[in-house]
Amino acid sequence: MGLIRSHVLVCAGTGCVSSGCKMMQEAMQQALERHGLSSEIKVVETGCFGFCKEGPIVMVYPEGTFYCQVKPEDVEELVSEHLLKGRIVERLLYKEPVSERAISLFNDIGFYQKQQRVALRNCGKINPESIEEYIARDGYQALAKAVTQMTPTQVIEMVSESGLRGRGGGGFPAGRKWEFARVAQGDIKYVVCNADEGDPGAFMDRSILEGDPHSVVEAMAIAGYAIGAKQGYVYVRAEYPIAVERLSIAIKQARELGLLGKNIFGSGFDFDLGIRLGAGAFVCGEETALLTSIEGHRGTPRPRPPYPAVKGLWGKPTLINNVETFANIPVIILHGPAKFKSIGTDTSPGTKVFALAGNINNTGLVEVPMGTTLREIVYDIGGGIPGGKAFKACQTGGPSGGCLPAELLDTPVDYDSLTAAGSMMGSGGLIVMDEDNCMVDVARFFLEFTQDESCGKCVPCREGTKRMLEILERITNGEGVAGDIELLEELAEVISRTSLCGLGQTAPNPVLATLKFFRDEYEAHIYEKRCPAGVCQALLSYAIVAEKCKGCGLCKKVCPVDAISGDLRQPHTIDKDKCIKCGACVAKCPFKAISR
Amino acid sequence: MERIKLTIDNKPVEVEAGTTILEAAQKIGVHIPTLCYHPELRLEGACRICVVEVEGLRNLVASCVYPVADNMVVKTNSESVRRARKTVLELLIANHPMDCLVCSRHGECELQDLSRQLGIRQVRFTGGKRDMAVDESSHSIVRDPNKCVLCGRCVRVCAETQAVSAIGVANRGSSSIVTTPFNKGLADGPCVGCGQCINVCPVAALREKDDTERVWGALHDPQAHVVVQVAPAVRAALGEEFGMRPGSLVTGKTVTALRQLGFDQIFDTQFAADLTIIEEGHEFIHRLKNNVNLPLITSCSPGWVGYCERFYPEMLPHVSTCKSPQQMFGVLAKTYYAERANINPANIFSVSVMPCTAKKSEAAREEMQSSGYRDVDAVITTRELASMIREAGIDFANLPDSEFELPMGMSTGAGTIFGVTGGVMEAALRTVAEILDGEELPSLEFQQVRGFAGVREATIRIAGQPVRIAIANGLAHAKRLLDSIKAGEAEYHFIEIMGCPGGCIGGGGQPLSTDPEIRMHRAAALYRQDMLKKVRKSHENPAVKELYRSFLGEPNGEKAHQLLHTHYQARSRY
Repeated sequence: MGLIRSHVLVCAGTGCVSSGCKMMQEAMQQALERHGLSSEIKVVETGCFGFCKEGPIVMVYPEGTFYCQVKPEDVEELVSEHLLKGRIVERLLYKEPVSERAISLFNDIGFYQKQQRVALRNCGKINPESIEEYIARDGYQALAKAVTQMTPTQVIEMVSESGLRGRGGGGFPAGRKWEFARVAQGDIKYVVCNADEGDPGAFMDRSILEGDPHSVVEAMAIAGYAIGAKQGYVYVRAEYPIAVERLSIAIKQARELGLLGKNIFGSGFDFDLGIRLGAGAFVCGEETALLTSIEGHRGTPRPRPPYPAVKGLWGKPTLINNVETFANIPVIILHGPAKFKSIGTDTSPGTKVFALAGNINNTGLVEVPMGTTLREIVYDIGGGIPGGKAFKACQTGGPSGGCLPAELLDTPVDYDSLTAAGSMMGSGGLIVMDEDNCMVDVARFFLEFTQDESCGKCVPCREGTKRMLEILERITNGEGVAGDIELLEELAEVISRTSLCGLGQTAPNPVLATLKFFRDEYEAHIYEKRCPAGVCQALLSYAIVAEKCKGCGLCKKVCPVDAISGDLRQPHTIDKDKCIKCGACVAKCPFKAISR
Repeated sequence: MERIKLTIDNKPVEVEAGTTILEAAQKIGVHIPTLCYHPELRLEGACRICVVEVEGLRNLVASCVYPVADNMVVKTNSESVRRARKTVLELLIANHPMDCLVCSRHGECELQDLSRQLGIRQVRFTGGKRDMAVDESSHSIVRDPNKCVLCGRCVRVCAETQAVSAIGVANRGSSSIVTTPFNKGLADGPCVGCGQCINVCPVAALREKDDTERVWGALHDPQAHVVVQVAPAVRAALGEEFGMRPGSLVTGKTVTALRQLGFDQIFDTQFAADLTIIEEGHEFIHRLKNNVNLPLITSCSPGWVGYCERFYPEMLPHVSTCKSPQQMFGVLAKTYYAERANINPANIFSVSVMPCTAKKSEAAREEMQSSGYRDVDAVITTRELASMIREAGIDFANLPDSEFELPMGMSTGAGTIFGVTGGVMEAALRTVAEILDGEELPSLEFQQVRGFAGVREATIRIAGQPVRIAIANGLAHAKRLLDSIKAGEAEYHFIEIMGCPGGCIGGGGQPLSTDPEIRMHRAAALYRQDMLKKVRKSHENPAVKELYRSFLGEPNGEKAHQLLHTHYQARSRY
């Protein structure tokens, strides 16, 4: 094998696969062959870079040039210019949203500047299907250290000392969970990885499994050693085929090298892993429902106590952590808790991965130190709100979370600050909303999700969320009545205090949080029959403001139902009986002359 | 065992570790309302009616599943508990048809009771309600998903007590329903019609198929000659429907009530039970002597027969070919009785009163027409008879006693104990032992076979030979017994299996209760009746002897075979 002078990293995460990276990569191989470069330039498929909006992403090393939205037809130029002649192809570089400045180096891009990648350390850096590349990045050293140099208690002490908290949403101290599972009585114990990522828009766990599956395999083996388990299961959604495939490959490779199986590192410690596919029920992300599902039953939660650490899978003591939590473990074991604690805040050390979505310029996956403020995430990393619109709210914590208004943009993201502010960390969904979002409608949307995903076992969640949703639908349909807000509040209180599991207990949060910060919008809907954001169709009434209308006729042309009439250069009018409130006229009017 | 001290509503209580808050509260007389909780079933913690406040916890906890802890301070009636409990119940009611006035469970409904107890006076939620088809495919059970409160008790009893799993929860959220495999009718699935689901259902989502109108129709038809048979277990339970103490024996009152209702002839299923013993006893002796198809397994319980056909078809050759007493009676009513009374069998309408819902399906089996007509025209349960008696305005509790008609009303103590687990075995042993030993038994009580354990076994010496017998009640126990036989871990000569816990006294058509104590009272009543009977061995029933002499000929003879025996078939579960 000759010397490789350049590496071309092609993102092969689900996002980039969807935007066509496979075709582009094929074109790349062909182009390299055409130019006789295949022996000196290596194309590597990696996991997710996080900047999904800009995919397919290509990164050229050693320069570290970051190319975005590379299509098959761009490849020839990229090869002949950059790889052959060393000239950067400017038009494929990332451009800052505001300044439009093209940036060639990964680390200079605002999106990455404030990020610190711990859990995602190998994503976008290595080929996830190569155990050698993982090992080259210190992979499996933590496992070696744990099983050959440390006692189980020392491992758990280290995890406890790091202050790592569960990244799945609850934020429970991982070390304590491990310790509970270690001291629990039982000849057979299990380690389970919760990869049933269900929050709409959240995909950090998928990205880790796709981009760095060995980090989870290694961490689970460490956990098995620490609590005395010989078997682990990864419960992963069947809708994540790439993650499942790469994880299967990783497990197979680890077995081949003796990193899973009998007598790992000659220590006498045995551990193996199996994959269990989830059928896509949101509630199966709840740990007891997940375990019930693995056991082959309908995935519904069981009452706690007993907690899984005492009586979990098949009644045996079980440690269950989510993917991102596990991904942090090898780093903690290898580099020590002090280094981990140097990142983040006192009560929430380390980093957190967020899935940035909504009305924001840079959508994608970001990993930031705990304590980074929402403002930094939204503006510095996310590049602000598109189209010059005003920021309205930030939804964190997924469907069980809450919405924080502009006044709270300086809230640091860590478990306790978000909870104190009236939202929650959750698994890391972060949806940005601008002035065009109706908060009642947002609450309705999230409740629609939870009531649909409720398992139906307990009454408050099954029946209560249905009634809350009905009330919200009434309000957004302009049929809200006095007392609706109070009834919502009462239901929210009862549902959250009496539901069997976390799904029900947190289901009312979107309503409570929007009521807390945007109560006036609810009141406008109910009492004034008005949707301030102009979203709720039933409450909209389109009219042309005569003083602003120049009579250009564009609205008349675009109206699909001929509801607009008027002579050229004369103010137009809308026939309200014909109008279907589609909003096409508003979007077209150059003079903002149409009110709703 | 570690002892735990806690206080509930300011009252101190000390219990064993592992006790739930609900159990601890019950110990000191603190009543916590429940709905999905059932003492005989696995804990679910689903309905949240039993929530209580535990000091230091933000959320309310379900007391039926939450274990006690030292120094725990529990409040079962704080403001937040009361409010939450009422709202949860209001939510349940909001998705309920609220057609209480015309509901079969009116006055016997746990949801109604809870609503009254918690003082629900209004339902503020006005949105959608479940609107689904009622499943009337089964001859035994009607399933009405609209009334279902999803407590899951039926699902658990069907899976845990009966090992059938004919119903389960499907869909999610507010679309959740209790349904059958592939949403087929109950009749097209594994359901055996035992009706245990009805007994645990708090509302009318599961109820027996109502056949009372057909019976009323026959009673009002001047052409019809209506005969009725009453199963043994009915007389030990019917009184409960009229406020009488569990265990009250109401044989004479039942006969009087039936007469007042207008039945032409009131007979006793126990007569046919004695006949069953003769036929099955000879069948057993034959199999024992020739060592074929052992163990012999009883066939009186249609729940069990249906289970065997669906789950253990390979065991069918072991099941006695004898029809159940109900069906033996049915065929004789339209042949033997019709001949003797000189009545055209076409005009006979044959009714049976049973503690059982599966009997309705049994009577509808197409092979049950040996008389040339449908042998049993209508089967009503103990509960349905009670509703007819109520409708007729009969003051049951104060009725005088009267006697069954002859000849088919004559029975022995052996026929009586058919109604309780172990009774068929005991009755058979009384006859088989005397036939084989050739001498009178010194004592008729076979204590070895009595009791309520799910599976019981004993070795009885008959004619100097050890005869290994086993008894199972409840289909999950039957499954355990059959599996041990199939695995070669156990060997028997004769087995009695009853589909329901406790036998027929715990049947799916009995007054609503699954309280084991009530079952024991009913059983005691039947054993008491047995003791009071002058004749206590089936082969000594003079009416049965006369039947053989003048009509049937030999036990297991040709005519007996033609009329009293049947066959079974493997049935698909799905």
